[in-house]
Order: sequence, then C-alpha cells, then structure tokens
Amino acid sequence: MPARHLVIIGNGISGITLARHVRKMDSDTRITVISGESEYFFSRTALMYVFMGHMKFEHTQPYESWFWEKNRIELKKAWVQKVEFGERTLVFDSGEKLTYDVLVIATGSKPNKFGWPGQDLKGVQGLYSRQDLDQMEKNTHQGVKRAVIVGGGLIGIEMAEMLAYKKIPVTFLVREKGFWDNVLPKEESELVGRHIREHHIDLRLETELKEILSDSGGRVRAVITSKGEEISCEFVGLTAGVSPNVDFLRNTELKVNRGVKVDAFFQTNIPDVYAIGDCAEFENPPAVDRRTIEQVWYTGRMHGETLAHNLCKKPVPYQPGIWFNSAKFLDIEYQTYGTVPSTWKDSEVNSFYWEHSSGKVCFRMLMDQDGRILGVNNFGFRLRHEFFDQAVREKWSGEKVIAKLDKANFDPEFFAPYYLEIQKAFKAQFGGNFQPAKKSFIQKLFGASV
Amino acid sequence: MKTIEKIGLGLFLIGLTVFTVVPFLGTYTLSEELVLANTKEIHQEKMTEILAPMYGQEFGSNFSFLSAFGENFNTYNDNLKAQQLWDQVIWDDYGFALAKASVSSPVTENPWLWLGLSIGLAVLGGYLYNFRQYSDEPSGIKNNGIFHSKLKNRGWLGMITGGYLILFYILLYWFPAYLVNLVWMVEPISRMLSGGPASQWFLYGMVYTLAILVMGVRMFRKYRGNKYQQLRTASVMFFQTAFAFLIPEILVLLNQPYYDFKNIWPLDYDFFYDYQISTFLSGGGMGMFMLIWGILLIIVGVPVFTYFYGKRWYCSWVCGCGGLAETVGDPFRQLSDKSLKAWKYERWIIHSVLVLAVVMTAVTIANYFSGFSFLGNVTNQLHSFYGFAIGSAFAGVVGTGFYPFMGNRVWCRFGCPLAAYLGIVQRFKSRFRITTNGGQCISCGNCSTYCEMGIDVRAYAQRGQNIVRSSCVGCGVCSAVCPRGVLKLENGPEENRIADLPILIGNDSIKLNA
Repeated sequence: MPARHLVIIGNGISGITLARHVRKMDSDTRITVISGESEYFFSRTALMYVFMGHMKFEHTQPYESWFWEKNRIELKKAWVQKVEFGERTLVFDSGEKLTYDVLVIATGSKPNKFGWPGQDLKGVQGLYSRQDLDQMEKNTHQGVKRAVIVGGGLIGIEMAEMLAYKKIPVTFLVREKGFWDNVLPKEESELVGRHIREHHIDLRLETELKEILSDSGGRVRAVITSKGEEISCEFVGLTAGVSPNVDFLRNTELKVNRGVKVDAFFQTNIPDVYAIGDCAEFENPPAVDRRTIEQVWYTGRMHGETLAHNLCKKPVPYQPGIWFNSAKFLDIEYQTYGTVPSTWKDSEVNSFYWEHSSGKVCFRMLMDQDGRILGVNNFGFRLRHEFFDQAVREKWSGEKVIAKLDKANFDPEFFAPYYLEIQKAFKAQFGGNFQPAKKSFIQKLFGASV
Repeated sequence: MKTIEKIGLGLFLIGLTVFTVVPFLGTYTLSEELVLANTKEIHQEKMTEILAPMYGQEFGSNFSFLSAFGENFNTYNDNLKAQQLWDQVIWDDYGFALAKASVSSPVTENPWLWLGLSIGLAVLGGYLYNFRQYSDEPSGIKNNGIFHSKLKNRGWLGMITGGYLILFYILLYWFPAYLVNLVWMVEPISRMLSGGPASQWFLYGMVYTLAILVMGVRMFRKYRGNKYQQLRTASVMFFQTAFAFLIPEILVLLNQPYYDFKNIWPLDYDFFYDYQISTFLSGGGMGMFMLIWGILLIIVGVPVFTYFYGKRWYCSWVCGCGGLAETVGDPFRQLSDKSLKAWKYERWIIHSVLVLAVVMTAVTIANYFSGFSFLGNVTNQLHSFYGFAIGSAFAGVVGTGFYPFMGNRVWCRFGCPLAAYLGIVQRFKSRFRITTNGGQCISCGNCSTYCEMGIDVRAYAQRGQNIVRSSCVGCGVCSAVCPRGVLKLENGPEENRIADLPILIGNDSIKLNA
C-alpha cells in the first residue's frame, strides 16, 4: 500500500508546524505543502521589518532551504483554484491537478474590506501577505505626501510605523474611543495612544472611514471621514481586522461559515479534510475566554501541533492552555498572560493597576473576588511566561504573585526594577504580608533606577 | 540629517582625508649618522656600506626612498642567499626605523598641527556626528534602514570601507615604513606617556582606542534606554583606554615591562615566548607579578568567571578585539553568516587555531626549558608562521578589514583561540544561558539577523529552548532587538540549563517536544 499523501494548503505557521510534526512522528506519510504566496515558510509578523530595512526577506525564513528536502516535505508553489472533494483532487490555477488522501486547509486570513466606496482604488490596500508587502513598497515608493490608516489594531499600528520609516505623515482613523480598546482596558489603550502621538502620528479616535475619493487616474486622492472631513492622501491602509481566507471553498460540499467549520479535532464535515489556523472556525469556542476563530501566531502553531498529533496518534481534542499574547507598539512592548478583557464588572473582578511616572510602563493584574489572579497585562517591561502560566493555572492569590514578582521579571540585567514599585503600590492598595524585594548591591551601583 | 551631524560627517571626512594623505608628504634624506643610530651594532658596519649610495640624496617621496632602500638592501641580501650564506643575511627590517629617521616633512616640523587636522578632526567629527543621534526620537531599537544602507549591507560604501581597512592593515603589519609620517604625528604623545619614541604600534593603539571611544558614544545613543548595552559599552571603553593603551605606556615610563593586564594567552599568543619570559623574569617584583597574574588568568580567571557569567565577562565587556567589534563593528553585526554550514566551518577553524596555539606554546616552553636546544628552529618557524597567518593576517586584516563583508566578529568567531577556550568552558561548565520566554517567540528573525556571532538564535527561541552555545559572547543584542520580550541573558543553576527536547508551554492538548 502506498503511503498516505497529506496535502496542506498554506505554508504559514499552522501548515508548516503541522508538516514538521507529522514528519517527526511518521516517516512514511508523503507530505506536500502548497502555497502561491511564497516558496518557503516565512514569519508573517516580520514583514514590517523587511519594509523598514531591519531585515531582508530571507531573514524572515526560519528554515534554510535544504531543510525541506532533508525532511521530505515537498513544496509546491501554486494557487489552488478549487478542491474536488469527491475525487480528493486539488485543481491549481494552471489547470494542473494533485490528489490527496488527507487534506488540511491552512489558508490563513485576508484583510477585511467593509464595502467602503473606493476601497479598490490604486494606493488602497491591506497588509497581510508577501504580495501586500510588495504592493506597499510600490505604493509608497514616491509621491505619497500623506497616508491614512483605517482601523486601530495591531496591523494598523505596524503600518503606521512602516510609513513613519519612510517619513510619510500618517493619519490614523480609529472607530473606537481608544486604540485597540476592544482588547485593552482604558488605561493601557490610552498609554498606547499617547505613544502613537509621541511618534507624530495623527491619531483620530471615534472616527470612521466613509469614502475613498479617486483622482482622474483611478488612484486615491483623499478620504472622507465619518465626521465629514476630507483628508488628502495618496495612500490608504485598510487594517480593520482580518477574516478567513476561504472564498475558494464556498459553495462546495465543505461547510463554511465565516471560516471552515471544524470540531475540536479540526475535523470538517468531510472525512479526511481538516482546517487549522486563522481560517478554521470552531463549532464551539475551545475555552471560555476564546472565540470560535483564533487568529494569532501562537494559536496557529498550537493548531498545527495538535492536528499533527491527531493524524499520527490517538486523536485528542484541541485544548488551549492559559492564554498569552504579545505585541510591540512602536517602542513599547506588550505582553499578556491569562485573561484580561477590556472591561469587567467591578463587583466580580478586582483590578490592580500601576503606571510608571513616564507614562510608558504599566502593569495590570485582575483578580477574582477571592483575590486570585485571573491575568496580567504588562507594557514597557518584560515578564516571564512560565511564571504566569503556573500562577494562573494554580490560581495563586494576587498577593503571592506580587510577593514573588521579582522572580517573574524578564527584563535584561541592570534594567530598572519596576517590580519594586509594583510591589510597593500593591501593598499600599491591597495590603499583604510580604516585604518588597531589595535591590542587590550591583543593581544599586550600576543598575537603572525606576 | 541634522546640521550637527552634517558638520560632524564633514569634519570626519576631512580628517580621514588628511590622515590618508599624510603618509605621502615630505622628503627623505639618509646619512651615515642616521644609519648608525638606527641599526644594531652587529649590522652597523654592513648597513652603512650597503646604504652608502643613498647618503645625501633627497628622495621626493616614501615610494622612491623605500624603493632605493629596498634595491640596495635586497641586492646585498639576495647575493648572500644565492650563495647560501644564511648566517650573514640581515634578517632585521630597518626600513621603518630608517624611513622614520630620514623623513623631513611638515608633519615632523609640526606634529601637533597635523595630528589635530587628521585624527583630531576625525575624532571631533565622529563625536559631533554621534553625540546627538536620535535625540528627537523616543528611545527604542534603531535598526531602521540598515538593509537599505550602502554601508551596512555590503553596498559600494561598505566595499570602500572594507578595502580601506584592509589596505591600512596590510601597510601597518608588513609595510609600516610607508606610515612614518603618521607615526611622527603621535610622537609627542608617546614621549609624554612612556618617554620613548612612537612606533607604528603606538599609532595603531591610539587610533584603535579613539575609534572605540567615538563609536562607544554612538552605542550610548543607539541603545539609549538599554542599561545593559550602556554598561557593557562603558566597560570596553574603559578597559581599552586604561588597560590596553595607557597603563602599558605608563609602565614603560616607570621602567617596568610593557604589559596589558587584561590580555590573556592564547589570544596573547607570545605570552610564553622566550623574550617575554625573560622580560618578566628580569622585570623584578613587577615582572614576576605579571607572569603570575597572566598564568592565574589562564588557569583560574577564565574558568571561574566563565562558570559564573559565561564568556561575556571577557568577550563583550573587557577584550580589546571585542571592544572594537562592539563599537566600531556594531553597524556591521547583521552581516554574519547564520547558515549551518558557516557554523560547521566555524567549529573546525577556531578549534584548529586553538590547537595550533597550544601546540606552538608547548613547543616553545619545551624549547625554553631545554635551553633552546630542543626544537629551536621549529619554534622559530612556528612563531613566525603563527604571527604572520594568525596574529596579523587573520586577527587584523581579516578580523577588522572584513567587518563590512562578513560582520564584526569574524576573528572572534572563526579565529580567536581564547574565545575557543572560553567557549568550551561556557558550553560545558557554566551557569550562563540565554533563556527563552516560554512560547512567546514569533520566529521573526531579528535575533538571528543581529547576532554578530552568526548564531541562529531563532532556531532555539521558536522551540522554547535555552540558547547555550560556545560562541555566544553575551552581547545581549538578540534580547534587545526581540519585539516580543523573548530572550534574556541569565546566570542560573546548571540544572535544566541544556534541554535538548524542550516543551513549548501554552498548549494543553498534548505534551510534545518542539
């Protein structure tokens, strides 16, 4: 019997993690990874650094090109036009066909477009794929006197930073009251907002895009905002979120809603067809604090790990652990562990918030009514994943977490020991039977002060 | 570019131009007195005879002077060689000493002025260019545009810079006689510090130190807000200025042996050479202290400090080569090769150099204790081969000249035998590691790109694995450039320091090894 043929559409973090782990567990399966976007796996989150000259595109590729042959992972550069599920066959845009035994859809996302007038004009684009990056380089090569970015999320602020590198003034339209305030609590959102303005980015809150205006050549010349203002610009970035990239699968036997519908085993409604990563939509949220579509690097990776296990061993349902995430807003790093929603009921949740006098460093910890940790946000300094994974899992008291906070510090040596101030602030606010940590002699002598 | 930066760059370029032109100024006139004054007694008779045709003649340039010198001198030597009269051949190179004595130029007339116009302007310009950098920006990572730069991405400016450096090193090591005007420029400073005349090595040491200081200022600006980088930079600036440059000169002034207290064998490869040993032994209490200090550093200092802090205590905080790499070389750190192949070459080459240095030293010591009867000739051959191939060509020409081509740590990564020794300790018996922060890595590649040692940091980080590599010099830049707070240089318990099968946390479905 010939070995089964596993075909993965998409060479992003989910698809590649799956391929790698299947190969680790099973040396027989023939593995083919298909991508029209790029020949090799690259880190999508790093595209901005290529634009800004921090790296070359090759640097975003985590594996050298010999890796794939060595691990017998066949790479096919092509766009899939359609899937004939009955014949277990893929049809490429060239007309060429490929048969599979097991199919995994890992096609990721595409930028949202909400039907704005003018959204398809020249100079208007989102940022997700390598092609988007090339397009953005072309679109901003010359003659852009101002750019407008629509949508205040992570890609929006990345785009603003990229444009700032080219010294292009940016107006940043955000529908909400604060930057990313559907995820960040008010204080954190304001902190980032201040930092955006510190970088001379014209942040307009509670402002939406109404229309994009064209010049005679079909290129953007201005936008009109929900406040009726016309802003001249030669580039518009559409960064109002992403949605599953599954249009080529609609109107087939495959059950597709916003994304490809899957159960907790990533199984679709068709046997031997699975979906993972951004493009998968769970029947039920995988955990109480999760949504049915998970569009984060880390979740994509975990989907890949789990499905690989399921394809090679006794299947287990996908069960995410303690939530974590991170990002960087211009110069300010952000990490979060556990559950910190943007709003909560004061009757159910105790919040401890500390902010440094610079206004660029802060720490928040949410606790339940019994004072047990739910999660933390930290901005401008680094905290240890392992520490909080354990603390949240074991439901440590907030006091215990703060008392041990020096152990959680992940900033480089000699950096300002913010945990000392946090410990003092917590003690002042909530009391607690612990002594704030002391600076070591070396720290006193050479270290940065808070 | 801000006005002050433009002025700085302009002054730097003027200074560099003057520095480049200075060697070609002036005229050269040789006399019998000068030959007598600058040759060893045993050669005086011969040399005055050989060079007689040149006496009183005024040479318009160093080229004509040195070519005449070479012609006369080589004719004599070649004759002897042809007759196999090896013991009569004059092996000493008097070119530098005689050129220095013969030259008469605006520089010899007025060394301070020319020093100011060349090195002075370059230093001032470099300082002006650097000291206000990024002043109108919040502190943060300043890697914008590096791969769009003509200098930092092997563009034409990088090629020119590398070419210039290589040429300078070739002249410095093998044709210093062409640089005598430059040496005259720093003569007054040498007289002040050590009381003695300046050599090309004094010139080199001074330029080297000033380069570290000026580019150290750049590091302070670039890594504003990063205390680790600031302290590390201050440390290499201090050790270069005090230990490598000033203290040895002052020791000479005090009639003590010239000694760099932080230079350690086998980087300091001639530490056990017979002339060094006799210098120490004849240097009284101080000489004896130097000998013992040097040996203690090798057998106690390196293992103990490396056990507690990793090799960074030396390579990126103390060492002079490291000091230059971390300051002058910082703009080029991203050019190191990260491929697996490069790592393979690295391990073969650097450990071969270590073996060579150890064997050479063992032979030297055996030779010394056998009263120079044992392997005398082999020892000399080894010394001259090592000095030429490793000490000069590899460490100097390639080590620094190749900054703009292969990154700023070519020597430290592929060649330095001390780095190899420190690395073995770091790999197998140390508390140092770079910790990966759980599952936070996004494989972006900034860490690997900016690793000057060519370590593929990301390969470890994305698996949740600690980075324990013999070559890591602990510069901390991977941690600085990481956008997600994933990497931290730490000294901690040896237990679980090396995990070959790490587990990424965050996925409760399964426990699998990344």
